Amino acid sequence: MKVPDVAIPDANQSQPRKTALRPLDIVSRGWSWLFLLLLIIFFSITGQGFLNIYNFQTIGADMALVLIMALGQTFVIISGGIDLSTGFVMGMASVTAALVMSRMGGSAPLLVVVLLGLAAGLIVGLIPGLVNGLIIARLRVPSFIVTLGMYGIARGTGFILSGGQPVSIQTNGIGQIGNGYLLYLLPDGRFSFFHLPSNLQGVRPSQIVQLLPFPLIVLVIVTLICAWLLSQTRFGRHTYAVGGSEEAARRAGIPVIRHTILIYVLSALLASLAGVLYTLRFSNGAADVGDPLLLTSIAAVIIGGASLFGGEGTILGTVIGALIIAIIQNGLIFLGINPFWQFIAVGVVIILAVLVDQAKKQLIESS
Amino acid sequence: MADVQPSLQAKGLYKRFGGLVAVDHVSLDVYPGEVIGLLGDNGAGKSTFIKMISGAYKPDGGQILLNGEAVSFSTPLEARRRGIETIYQDLALCDNLDASANIFLGREKMRHQLGIFRMLDRPYMLHESRQVLDQLDIRIPELRNPIRQLSGGQRQAVSIARAVYWNAHLMIMDEPTASLGVPEQLKVLELIRTLRNQGVPVILISHNMQDVFAVADRVIVMRRGSKAGERKISETTENEVVSLMVGAEYTQVIKQLHDAPEEVHITTHDESEKEIG
Repeated sequence: MKVPDVAIPDANQSQPRKTALRPLDIVSRGWSWLFLLLLIIFFSITGQGFLNIYNFQTIGADMALVLIMALGQTFVIISGGIDLSTGFVMGMASVTAALVMSRMGGSAPLLVVVLLGLAAGLIVGLIPGLVNGLIIARLRVPSFIVTLGMYGIARGTGFILSGGQPVSIQTNGIGQIGNGYLLYLLPDGRFSFFHLPSNLQGVRPSQIVQLLPFPLIVLVIVTLICAWLLSQTRFGRHTYAVGGSEEAARRAGIPVIRHTILIYVLSALLASLAGVLYTLRFSNGAADVGDPLLLTSIAAVIIGGASLFGGEGTILGTVIGALIIAIIQNGLIFLGINPFWQFIAVGVVIILAVLVDQAKKQLIESS
Repeated sequence: MADVQPSLQAKGLYKRFGGLVAVDHVSLDVYPGEVIGLLGDNGAGKSTFIKMISGAYKPDGGQILLNGEAVSFSTPLEARRRGIETIYQDLALCDNLDASANIFLGREKMRHQLGIFRMLDRPYMLHESRQVLDQLDIRIPELRNPIRQLSGGQRQAVSIARAVYWNAHLMIMDEPTASLGVPEQLKVLELIRTLRNQGVPVILISHNMQDVFAVADRVIVMRRGSKAGERKISETTENEVVSLMVGAEYTQVIKQLHDAPEEVHITTHDESEKEIG
């Protein structure tokens, strides 16, 4: 996250647009933080049981799939494109992983089964990303069109692979991995990693302290890697450059075609990872599990301050955006409000976010 | 000058588009630390000629020598790698990145963290950028701001600083002062003088006669695809250059116009060619 810059303009260089841009710049970068804070305060006061470590862990685990998809989308949107295929790529990977794990189950050690499922899901998910990237970068077809086509292709492929039905995994232990926690603490001071301590006599389930659910751990690791990739590496810098001016990037010798392909591959890989995580958590794979997450993940990126015009956005912003959505969804449940209101609330926030983005753009263009 | 190796020699460059000869055997020598003004009316072939030097067009005939060595570019990127930098109005910068990111765009300096992670060396790039900007006497209030917050002249200056930092042997500037305010125009001209003092030759393409006379050492005039003349600035006048640009048939008119403007009636027929490329 760039710190909003509040340097005083040089006296002889000062221009109206510069002074006008600064306050709005700060608002557009800082408003999501403020909004998130207000939401947490609001729900903490009004919702019984909202302000609670377990509830926050639940929020983290629930938002993991959306946020992992949104991380890939962040790269795509910063580069000036959009990837509409991530939802069904996620479903396709989830079905593939479920098929592999249910066929392999019992015939190999659990860890091997899980890793093979993961590998199969990622490899299958890599293909649509590669095709998207190749067509967008080489044939110069708008990303909206290409990924809309891939949306349909991945959807069909997912349903054909699964035979139209969710693929459920009967193997014992898969669900325990997907729903496990890093650390379990018992009231008598005993603890264990990854699974419950063996002797649970005399311990009520509510007394066991469970810390860091598995999806949240994966989420944190993937988020840190993406943040590093975007802000500290040449890959990230070139992503901003391509989104800022593709022409300038090309003239500077950046391999724009290769870079664009890599961005769509990354997006598809992260969507596939979300699919495999879904399969691990719910012990089944379904072709349409990612569909409702697609627009939510794009919303998270936009609320996080990325510009649909390209060139702007951060991983931290996307995390905040996903948190805002997750907390609205979770908080409204605690208030006992009809859950359908959450769609309306999230919709309003999306429009607000884009209004802020556009106001900023207009101000820049008008000067 | 004869004993000094020219930085760039263009020998009899020739380019045609279909039946139209856009550039007809034009030659040009550029010496180190020299500013050349390239003048000509619309359609005179200036930009086609320049695009052959900067690698955007492939010549149909003739030869380009860089520091005495024959070169042939198939893309502008190749020309840039050999030190021929073309400064365009706005196209070559990423508005969303800061000055230092633009200067190092595509050639980022990396450093190793903990032995395995390669990451951007921001402090180094910032420091180097500040140095090259200082060296050219360019003042940018806050280097970390995205350059869309800079003025047109400052952005122009960032492009020039980038070219200087990466050791441009020849700088081509196509209408660098167009679309700039007057103080900024002066700043860019000053920058061209700074470049000359540091030994970087500049080819300045401009419609603005005053700009050319203010900074150029020599002027090349093109007319209808050919070189109409070449003069040292110290040995010529604006009137002579204009005569070269418009051709002999108008020279008399211009002379009269200069001597007694109120007595001249000009009748012209439009024979200007369409600008190519």
